[in-house]
Amino acid sequence: MSFDVENLSVIDLDKFKEIGNIGAGNAATSLSKLLNKRINMNVPEVKLINLENAVDIIGGAETLVAGVYVDFKGDIQGTILYLLDSTSLSKLLELLMNKETDTQISELNDIEASAIIEVANIMSGSYLMALSSFTGLKAVHSVPNLSIDMAGAILSVPVIEYGAYGDKTLFIESQLTDGTEQINNYFFLIPGITTCPVLLKALEVGT
Amino acid sequence: MKSTTRVGMAELRIVKNNEILVSMGIGSCVVVALYDGVEKIAGLVHIMLPYCNRARDNPNPLKFADTGIEELIRQMVDAGADRRRLVAKIAGGAQMFSSLNSFNKEILAIGDRNVEAVIRTLDENGIRIIAQETGGNFGRSIEFHSDSGIMFIRTVGHESKQI
Repeated sequence: MSFDVENLSVIDLDKFKEIGNIGAGNAATSLSKLLNKRINMNVPEVKLINLENAVDIIGGAETLVAGVYVDFKGDIQGTILYLLDSTSLSKLLELLMNKETDTQISELNDIEASAIIEVANIMSGSYLMALSSFTGLKAVHSVPNLSIDMAGAILSVPVIEYGAYGDKTLFIESQLTDGTEQINNYFFLIPGITTCPVLLKALEVGT
Repeated sequence: MKSTTRVGMAELRIVKNNEILVSMGIGSCVVVALYDGVEKIAGLVHIMLPYCNRARDNPNPLKFADTGIEELIRQMVDAGADRRRLVAKIAGGAQMFSSLNSFNKEILAIGDRNVEAVIRTLDENGIRIIAQETGGNFGRSIEFHSDSGIMFIRTVGHESKQI
């Protein structure tokens, strides 16, 4: 029967949090190496989001963000969303390109767009690899896709995916910062409904 | 100051007396607005998926185009609208991410199927669509005014519109 995300125990929620720790910890290390800059990760949060509030989870539904969508399949399947606000995006590009930039989020050129996609690609790979070495579950991820638009419209994509099964969506949220609040990006892992029990089983104590 | 009411995903609201319905950050979802211009009653449902699988346990009818629109019509009539006068305006149904390289093409392209299901359901219920702003690869925010029946549409990087 379909997995019910609304009746998760505290232990289950902790397991999902642990997934965030393992995966995003590794993704943060990759980002840090790429930028040659210290990147901190906050304690991951596991969020069960109602449909009607989903568009507001990182602030306003109309906030302009860069969103990268990646999906993965294999022993586990699901979606990754990597979101950056306008300030973080230009700071990230500055560090990547090694030059001052006043790029506005709405007018990225092809090279800048590719750079952001590559960052998401590397981080998604690190996240899944860490998860895989910890649980033994393997997955491959898709080529990332970028969209620059309202946060709500972007966040609704995985919520619709979940919507076919239930009224809540499980987001494992990790926030990565450079400690100065100049770079503030969100990395969301949204495990597919059939993947949730597989992950929980793999993280059972003593196995 | 006219009062505004927000309509999130899988929500339905009906207003009158100059009030305004608002939906923000609409991606592949479709907002269906129904209007009775004589009673000046405006209703909106914010659907996410095309058709309800009635066999499944206890689905939320407002998530789906077919059941959501049927519920909207029912509640509009309850609120005093004349079913024969109802006209529809619809917006949304975008594809936010290219599905070219994705494993999940069906979900990424759900906007088109949502629009199709909305058009079909309205047609089956004999309700005319008098304006439509759908498709594309960008998000939309809308305001639907119950005094005029006008829908205002905002986007990022595209022209604002009134339909």
